[in-house]
Amino acid sequence: MSASVAASEVLNREFLEIRARVLEVAAALDRIDRASGSVKTDQRCGRIDRALAALAQSGPGRAERVQMIFSLPYQEDWQSEFAIEQRR
Amino acid sequence: MDYIDPHIHMVSRVTDDYETLAKMGCRAVSEPAFWAGFDRGSVDGFRDYFRQLTEFEPKRAGWYGIQHYTWLCINAKEAENVSLSREVIAMIPEFLNNPGVLGIGEIGLNKNTRNESIVFLEHLDLAAKTNEQILIHTPHLEDKYPGTRMILDMLCDDRRLDRSRVLVDHVEEHTIRPVLEAGFWAGMTLYPVSKCTPQRAVDMVEMYGPERVLVNSAGDWGPSKPTAVPDFILAMRLRGHPESLIRQVVYENPLQFFGQSRGFRFTSPDAVTH
Repeated sequence: MSASVAASEVLNREFLEIRARVLEVAAALDRIDRASGSVKTDQRCGRIDRALAALAQSGPGRAERVQMIFSLPYQEDWQSEFAIEQRR
Repeated sequence: MDYIDPHIHMVSRVTDDYETLAKMGCRAVSEPAFWAGFDRGSVDGFRDYFRQLTEFEPKRAGWYGIQHYTWLCINAKEAENVSLSREVIAMIPEFLNNPGVLGIGEIGLNKNTRNESIVFLEHLDLAAKTNEQILIHTPHLEDKYPGTRMILDMLCDDRRLDRSRVLVDHVEEHTIRPVLEAGFWAGMTLYPVSKCTPQRAVDMVEMYGPERVLVNSAGDWGPSKPTAVPDFILAMRLRGHPESLIRQVVYENPLQFFGQSRGFRFTSPDAVTH
């Protein structure tokens, strides 16, 4: 649906927004570094690191990949674990 | 542009918000029953809430020419109390034939627990037996993906349900595809921090098309913006999308989905004569 728009046009439109948001993330990470103590073992930091790495990957689907990094897993057998009868 | 907000909790908003919505082009709202910020203690607490949703809110909306519709349930956060949930589910039919009631909602999961699943299934039973439409809340943040998949499992297991009469709300990039592929409607909620921004909602319309897609503010008592749908309209315009496409998403799609409910008696603004 947006295929008719040139990538250069989208970049022109989004560049300052991207720059601003990347800076916000950088500043927030700096804030954590300046604070006392360490959160290196906090699993949320690991997720942030993986999300930032996902942004650097080329190709579409970054937003979906980042969402999945911040998601708990889905267990296919949840109904039997909960002893809930399937209604098929 | 005329639009309909298909998910907004107006009991939490002041009357001035109705006036603002009317000025922005809002013609109708649909208000699912939800969590009040505290757990209610009795079935009578819900009965009073349902009276507010079916009697007073339509009146307040009407002061500004907005048509008000509603959905009834006990929400997922209070579903941990299974015995109270069963009392509420048994009481809901008292209201199902009231004007403006569109169906059962917003039911769903919150922390993806066994009790929430049991109460969700019992709501589905009620909807199937009474031929009501269904509006579904999907969980927040890290619980959204597994919770949405669990909800889809339960919906797809129930062959009594017409998928075109079920709206799965609060979809994001990682959940919209399975919802649409399974044949359900998908709602995108525009929230300041969690859920979705107007720009990302436009992205999803561009990627998945406008069919069976709704956009809402889910304005409530927390941080939220009741005029978020006009923000989406503006974001669509700034990307150069035609007015016809925008109107389809924010006006015609809600009419199509809600039109399947016997409680939806919409008066088009075009039909008003002076």
